Amino acid sequence: MKIRIKNGRVIDPATGLDKVQDIYVAAGHIVAMGQAPADFHVSTEIDASGLVVCPGLVDLAVRLREPGLEYMATLESEMRAAAAGGVTSLACPPDTDPPLDEPGLVEMLKFRAKNMPGPRVYPVGALTWKLKGERLTEMGELAEAGCVAFSQADAQMVNTMVLLRALEYAVTMDLPVWLRPQDHYLSQSGVAHDGVVAARLGLPPIPVPAETVALQTILLLVRETGARVHLCRLSSRAALGMLRRAKHDGLPVTCDVGIHHVHLSEMDTADFNANCHMVPPLRSLRDRDAIRQALAEGLIDAVCSDHAPVDEDAKERPFQESEAGATGVELLLPLTLKWAREAGLSLAQAIDRITYRPARILGIDAGEIGIGKPADLCVFDPDADWTVSAKTLRSLGKNSPFLGHELQGQVRYTVIDGHVDFRHNERH
Amino acid sequence: MIPNLQLTEDGRLRHLLTLEGLPARILTQILDTAESFISVAEREVKKVPLLRGKAIFNLFFESSTRTRTTFEIAAKRLSADVVNLNIATSAQSKGETLLDTVANLSAMQADMFVVRHASSGAPHLIARHVAPHIHVVNAGDGRCAHPTQGLLDMFTIRHFKGDFHNLRVTIVGDLLHSRVARSQIHALTTLGCPEVRVVAPRTLLPRDVSSLGVHVHHRMETGIRDADVIIMLRLQNERMQGALLPSAGEYYKHWGLTPDKLRWARPDAIVMHPGPMNRGVEIDSEVADGKQAVILPQVTFGIAVRMAVMSILAGN
Repeated sequence: MKIRIKNGRVIDPATGLDKVQDIYVAAGHIVAMGQAPADFHVSTEIDASGLVVCPGLVDLAVRLREPGLEYMATLESEMRAAAAGGVTSLACPPDTDPPLDEPGLVEMLKFRAKNMPGPRVYPVGALTWKLKGERLTEMGELAEAGCVAFSQADAQMVNTMVLLRALEYAVTMDLPVWLRPQDHYLSQSGVAHDGVVAARLGLPPIPVPAETVALQTILLLVRETGARVHLCRLSSRAALGMLRRAKHDGLPVTCDVGIHHVHLSEMDTADFNANCHMVPPLRSLRDRDAIRQALAEGLIDAVCSDHAPVDEDAKERPFQESEAGATGVELLLPLTLKWAREAGLSLAQAIDRITYRPARILGIDAGEIGIGKPADLCVFDPDADWTVSAKTLRSLGKNSPFLGHELQGQVRYTVIDGHVDFRHNERH
Repeated sequence: MIPNLQLTEDGRLRHLLTLEGLPARILTQILDTAESFISVAEREVKKVPLLRGKAIFNLFFESSTRTRTTFEIAAKRLSADVVNLNIATSAQSKGETLLDTVANLSAMQADMFVVRHASSGAPHLIARHVAPHIHVVNAGDGRCAHPTQGLLDMFTIRHFKGDFHNLRVTIVGDLLHSRVARSQIHALTTLGCPEVRVVAPRTLLPRDVSSLGVHVHHRMETGIRDADVIIMLRLQNERMQGALLPSAGEYYKHWGLTPDKLRWARPDAIVMHPGPMNRGVEIDSEVADGKQAVILPQVTFGIAVRMAVMSILAGN
């Protein structure tokens, strides 16, 4: 298929490009920009006048709920939702049922995903067998099957010796490890930030040290082993301070936050809204402001949706009994744009955090626009308003704290591997 | 925290879920109404026909004897039909969801649900989903709120002390797990009590407890000095099993209310306890049975206060 994307404002954060020009796509790649190549016969034309053309989004945490959790969402539904969100590459955490701890499961997932429209899927393998934190998985085999990193997802790693061994083994295989710092004992049975709202509502608390104690352990073990560690979903100001020192000391660590933590705080849980029940918990306004600041500075490398579609039954429960997580892959772009607008940053800076930078963490050839690059593109209207609702969300998970909110910025087309996998107002 | 859910558009009480965010006029209305029901208990026929023909369902997802009994007596004195459901042992254990249970009971023409649940916020969830004519009364949810207990405590304080404006009230004990204490604190601050103190070891206090508007003390001597009202909270035995406290004996030594410690308070101070008491753990028998204790009147007032809440809700 040969595509011409005409008249769009092309923004590529990696090169600083920001200019209205045409893009020509053939055989899955960008073949020309500005001038059409000779003998280019357009089969599909996208009129991007008034729209922004940027690299397709790279989302570091999208739960596709397969295998095993199809009652929450299906691979097909979430792939469609991701494409509608402008996402062209995604990493999926291993917290499926069974977890992604065997090469066969990973191969099957990759095979199924490849045969349907939607983003390129990069599975994150389980670091330990069944995510139990006891026995290492066959990381070498899993990497051959397609795993790009290894993680415990939100499962705990209680035994520090296993963590040390896992990091040493990952270094041996030259594989990255993704960890969300959370101390098992300090977070046990907790559901909300240990702050003013938990004090008022009597919700079992998760104190900030649940994150910082675990983070300190991880950082010391990174220092010891030299393992490449990506820190997932940091939630507190204190943890960001530790990250700053670690990066300053040259430790090989990167970090992301969930987009909801950029906008929301414990205050949003004050009416027991189960859609605001997340891991890690939404913390204080001070923590949220520190996250926004660190994201602007670049201390935080990337924002992800931490997409977690949950069925209604699991959310229509008292807060502490509800399933944690929020649907978000379709909100990553507008919520990142909202943050940048409020922080006085440019479109390019916003796009950078959800394209180029997460692609570097994944180590994939994505997140850039240039001749010869894969044709993974997102075309969006930065000014279009739309209302988040069960109807407008394509994900089977309708569990969004932003239900009923109007957001600015809407995806019009998503091009993946040279195919138009999403067009606004068209159901696949 | 969600006044809109509790109040009708014109500001009347629709559900009683928490005392937080309720205006003083509504708290006072409930206390005044309860006052008028005190005399009902003293009559030979202890019934008034205010709720005749109404069906009140006591939904106890967590076991309770006293609270359920006083709600039942209160409803019966108002001539309501009362159905007691001990759900801890029935539907939920068969896997039915909370909202399904409520939908089924609504279909049985309920007018009011009195709900106790082990999870904070469960009554809020129910209130959000019931038909508009059904009222929800929170009879204790998790660690969040126990508004009728808070109200009956306010009734007791007002009965013995007149009003709240010159009082020093001290709450002693396990604030961390106590829905009772949270409701008392919200009521006291709303009704204009100038100084509410809490006394407990750090392990039994929420981290941001001072944000509730209380003065935090760790030692009894400073905490109950010159207090007009002392409220002792129940210390559950299971708190001894974790790392919250080393032993009942050590707790009693430092935070148990003994005649010696009571002398630090004002001579006319009253001693309250929401019950059930652990004698020799948080309170000495001599104090519990002494002349400053008003623990049994609390129970009696509890019926009048619950009658007041149910009659006001049914009339709104």
